[in-house]
Amino acid sequence: MDAFYIILTASLFAISCGLLGCFLVLRKMAMVGDAISHAVLPGIVIAFLLTGTRDSFEMIIGAALIGIFSTFLIEFFHNKAGLQTDAAIGVTFTWLFALGVILISVFAGQVDLDQECVLYGEIAYVPIDLWIGDDGTIFGPRALYVAAMTLIVNIAFIRIGFKQLHLTTFDPAFAATIGISVSLWNYLLMGAVSMTTVAAFDSVGAILVVALLVGPAAIAYLLTDRFQTMMMITVFVAIISSTLGYYLAVLVDGSIAGAIVTIIGILFGITFLFSPSNGVLMKKRLQRKEAQRLKAEAPLS
Amino acid sequence: METLREFFSFSDPSIIAVTVGAVLLSASSAVVGTFTFLKKKALVGDAVAHSVLPGICLAFILTGTKNPLWLIIGAFITGWISLVIIDNVTLKTKIKEDTAIALILSVFFGIGILLLTNIQHSGNAAQTGLDSFLFGKAAALVGKDLIVFGMVAVILLATVALFFKELKLIAFDPNYAKALGVPVKAMDLLLTSLTVLAVVTGIQAVGVVLMAAMLITPAAAARFWTNDVRVMTFLAAIMSGFSGLSGAFVSYAAPAMPTGPWIVMIISAIALTSFFIAPTRGIISRSIQQRKLQRMIMDENLLKELYHLGEKDEDPYKARSLDEIIEERFFPKDRLKSALRRLKREGYLAKQNGDWKYTEAGKLKGQRVVKLHRLWELYLSKYMKIDPDHVHEDAETIEHIITPELEKRLEKMLEYPEMDPHEERIPY
Repeated sequence: MDAFYIILTASLFAISCGLLGCFLVLRKMAMVGDAISHAVLPGIVIAFLLTGTRDSFEMIIGAALIGIFSTFLIEFFHNKAGLQTDAAIGVTFTWLFALGVILISVFAGQVDLDQECVLYGEIAYVPIDLWIGDDGTIFGPRALYVAAMTLIVNIAFIRIGFKQLHLTTFDPAFAATIGISVSLWNYLLMGAVSMTTVAAFDSVGAILVVALLVGPAAIAYLLTDRFQTMMMITVFVAIISSTLGYYLAVLVDGSIAGAIVTIIGILFGITFLFSPSNGVLMKKRLQRKEAQRLKAEAPLS
Repeated sequence: METLREFFSFSDPSIIAVTVGAVLLSASSAVVGTFTFLKKKALVGDAVAHSVLPGICLAFILTGTKNPLWLIIGAFITGWISLVIIDNVTLKTKIKEDTAIALILSVFFGIGILLLTNIQHSGNAAQTGLDSFLFGKAAALVGKDLIVFGMVAVILLATVALFFKELKLIAFDPNYAKALGVPVKAMDLLLTSLTVLAVVTGIQAVGVVLMAAMLITPAAAARFWTNDVRVMTFLAAIMSGFSGLSGAFVSYAAPAMPTGPWIVMIISAIALTSFFIAPTRGIISRSIQQRKLQRMIMDENLLKELYHLGEKDEDPYKARSLDEIIEERFFPKDRLKSALRRLKREGYLAKQNGDWKYTEAGKLKGQRVVKLHRLWELYLSKYMKIDPDHVHEDAETIEHIITPELEKRLEKMLEYPEMDPHEERIPY
């Protein structure tokens, strides 16, 4: 049962991250997602200090605000100070992350957060941390509910805003002419990324969230040219890697989150080489065949 | 104050190790970071910082010791491989660089975490302290580390000094560098190796995540103060060295404070301040310049419209009311009023019974703008063969920019024409 809970929780988070990741990958904003996942740390610490608990509604809101704030900062430095985007990202997220680590040290006695958890989380504790009602009924692992809620919110967000997200991703100029605010939808998407990051933080940590955001989407991107198909494949990859990852972790006795990401890496490697449409080896084979055909057809010389 | 004196007396040998180590690491990674920054590959440092983890763990698993040399070699290898993969993925698939970087750094890090937790669970007593690579241990630097760091710093600085010209060339214009006979590929390789080396050592002081800041932030800050690469490199090194020193001091004064994050906080504070207050490139100075430009354009447009009004009833010095001006061309009322007051102060306009009229200088200036506008329209239609219907917009912008020298050349080239393409008189 524990294994099932862990795999289910991981899959739900992976699907949430993957769906948002599809947009990030196509918008060339993967590193902004990376930045957000680090930058929310001070938000988490401050919300923790204010509310005294780790999984509260306030924390999610606080983190979403910090995530949007860091997106804003990145764009502000880029537009107003003429700083190149990569440097703007690098400066912003490291600064906020350092602030978070310092806050943790300052309030070390009051904040139940440690750096390991921040970086790679601990999904193995999911089945232990149960949600127990006031009358003592056990509803099951708390993280599972958080993961399910996150997924529902994300699916709702994507369904409602699909047209706008889709258009602002593929043709921002056209979106602007028909009256869709490109920057509003950008900030909404980044808000969703921040929320998801925070929700998944406990389980998978800051850096591995990035793998969940980018990995499945990148794999799917290599397998198809159609956006809807890409989202389907992403969901599929998310589930597969969560399941295989869990068993890999059991096998080598290591971090589950780390193992899930390792599987994502392996799957990406396979896709990179063998994807029928985009794989490197497949392309080579096609080229060879084409060369042979041309040779055969060429007049004798 | 007392603590400050105590700190700088360096009576405690451990303070020396921490301080010198922090300053060396900060300064040398800043120097290398300057070039990755200029190549617009700033986030590559972040990728390397995450990717060294599996190498460190593998080296430990294979050798069973924490000998820093083996760990550094292991780190170097995987850090390097990650960059090769990023390049290959970007080059050979439709995946863009940002996705490739994010993917590779998180996957390598994930593999590293898997290995690290595996080592930790294996109960090998020698493993304690491996996680200092994750979070850094600047406050726990000892004399032995210092020798390694010092050597690496010397290697980095000496290599950069030796190949300064080549590195500069490939950062700005690889094609030009190639034409000059600079071995671009080899130099790229050298820069990559330097980055990996800087990361591998620096990571022990500030940890995986913050290493990116040590490379990027000083360069970003220094860029705002100068256009000269040499000066920029020095500035970055000095700023970074200073924050290394301050970070060491903070963790001396308050031992509970982590050194690495404080170094990053201080260099970030320097950078953020630079973004705002630096002359010419800073946000404040930019916005001042922008406002000045906007005012100038507003003033010139206003004087131009007054000239147009004067042309219509052939009385350039007639006083005009606000409504009359707005009817000729729409300006927001408050901005119009402040522009009118400003022009009066500068002696271009005079006020008469609440209406506004040209002074001599004002008419000349308005006339010049009109002249430039029409000259440019004529130039576009005559020399660039652009249809007269399409030349107005362009002239509307250029009329504020043309310098007196350009004005003379235009007049000469067009031979002081009488009329513009819309049959309007060009005033001289």
